[in-house]
Amino acid sequence: MFYREAGEFKASYQKDQAILPIRQDRWFIWAIIAIAFLVIPAVSSDYWLGTIMLPFLILALAALGLNVLTGYAGQLSLGTGGFMATGAFAAYKLATMFPGMHILFVLLFSGAITAGVGILFGIPSLRIKGFYLAVATLASQFFLIWMFNKFGWFTNYSASGVITAPQMTAIGDIMVTGAHATVTAKYLFALSIVTLLALITKNLVRSNIGREWMAVRDMDIAAEIIGIKMLPTKLKAFAYSSFLCGIAGALWAFVHTGSVEPLAFDVNRSFQILFMIIIGGLGSIMGAFLGAAFIVLLPIFLSNAPHWFGLNIAVDLISHIEAMVFGALIIFFLIVEPHGLARLWQITKEKLRLWPFPY
Amino acid sequence: MNERNFGEVILDLKGISLSFGAMRVLNNISFNVRQGEIRSIIGPNGAGKSSMLNVINGVYHPQEGEITFRGEVRKEMKVHEAAGFGIARTFQNIALFKGMSTLDNIMTGRNLKMKSSMLAQAIYWGKAQKEEIEHRKKVEEIIDFLEIQAIRKTPVGRLPYGMQKRVELGRALAAEPEILLLDEPMAGMNVEEKEDMSRFVLDINDEFGTTIVLIEHDMGVVMDISDRVVVLDYGRQLADGTPDVVRSNQDVIDAYLGVSH
Repeated sequence: MFYREAGEFKASYQKDQAILPIRQDRWFIWAIIAIAFLVIPAVSSDYWLGTIMLPFLILALAALGLNVLTGYAGQLSLGTGGFMATGAFAAYKLATMFPGMHILFVLLFSGAITAGVGILFGIPSLRIKGFYLAVATLASQFFLIWMFNKFGWFTNYSASGVITAPQMTAIGDIMVTGAHATVTAKYLFALSIVTLLALITKNLVRSNIGREWMAVRDMDIAAEIIGIKMLPTKLKAFAYSSFLCGIAGALWAFVHTGSVEPLAFDVNRSFQILFMIIIGGLGSIMGAFLGAAFIVLLPIFLSNAPHWFGLNIAVDLISHIEAMVFGALIIFFLIVEPHGLARLWQITKEKLRLWPFPY
Repeated sequence: MNERNFGEVILDLKGISLSFGAMRVLNNISFNVRQGEIRSIIGPNGAGKSSMLNVINGVYHPQEGEITFRGEVRKEMKVHEAAGFGIARTFQNIALFKGMSTLDNIMTGRNLKMKSSMLAQAIYWGKAQKEEIEHRKKVEEIIDFLEIQAIRKTPVGRLPYGMQKRVELGRALAAEPEILLLDEPMAGMNVEEKEDMSRFVLDINDEFGTTIVLIEHDMGVVMDISDRVVVLDYGRQLADGTPDVVRSNQDVIDAYLGVSH
């Protein structure tokens, strides 16, 4: 009733090819962006911004990166953690070697370095597919973490193997890393970067390169016959995916935690990101955000829910119940909609178009 | 059918033999394709028809024989190079990109014609958008031509079989090929769908001047729309000529109807 595209006529291909051709969708997204930039920082406590929203944004960015590779280009990867670590350590080396460098350039270059590493580990994808490729990328995960632990050069020979982000400013003298940065500044900085990169990703997947990725994913032999070269197309997906994961890793180390060791990016991190895109929806920008929200926010909701309802349950029991309910919900959502929350959202919109009629 | 004029030979196959291990799939096949004609390859199941198409567009590399394309002997080429030479094809078992819409599938067919860099595509507004719109116009012409306007935004996985076949034809057409290879475009269709598809094949040939190499089992269709027909059986070449010549060839009749011993 209120969600109809009826009466909206597109008079040009430009309008028809817009990111959100339906007016209500545009309003909805602008509202979300406005809430994220204006309302959330105003009403949230430092705890909410710093320990919930910030990791949510950064992990959503990593999920976006993996979704480009796995969801759009169809290359299963378990190396996300390794690529995030590469981004974090590249950013650290860049920031300590060139202290005057602006944080945006630090992020850009660490993303670029990670893209290079991603290309290197993407080369086997020409020959191996599916689960076998996942195992090959798992090797990159273990190799990269081992490398950052083994060679002191990456941590500037810190005894504990922990890197600590130097203080850096974004605009003027607004600090976004280090102990003196306010949580709100960190949140807005991360939000801006994630929003920008999500927009760029959307542009890529609706352009020729995105169609080539999906063609390779859906039917590689047909893709080759219409002239798509396998190796460059797959490597571009690896490069861009790693670029996003690298920036996510750098943000994690610099903006979120401030100091980090390689183990923060171990194989569990890779699995966590993979679960995000499976639950959120493969091959969907929205899916990366929904999946990250599900994985990050739901456990927090579950551990706080009994408290809100006035139930007095022992802490250890709560954490056990939390794990059980969380697992059950994952299974529930995958049974209800194997294509993820983004697909569920799509179906809701399709139903809403017809509402209140069944069809 | 009135007299049709064909150009010169654009594809000439001489003595093509292809084996997989001890299995001889094609045995000394020679025929040519002239500019602008509809050339059919027929034969019983397992005759090597699809293998023949795969040889033409570089998926299989014959052990013996020579392929002359536009007057030049073609070296062994990679699969993705065929499209660059102006050879497009459809598949016997539909090979569409199932997760993508009709529009995106056909747009992907134009991938070789899109030149903007990855960076331009990331920024999108400007060069890449202009290019997208330019190609969208071409794609819409194909959509109009194939009468699939209503399904342009539908994911092709949800379309019925006949429509998928049509979208696949659209994807091949999007590359504006010189030679269009159609592998059983009418398989599994009812009479109306076959009529539609035959009309499209004839119109493509007529309007765009595209040379068509066609594999089909429906003899009525083949004999009606083809200019010349080559008959294969167990990898051997039985006959080559106009539909009338082929129809009256004793070897062909024997292969199709069987011989009493």
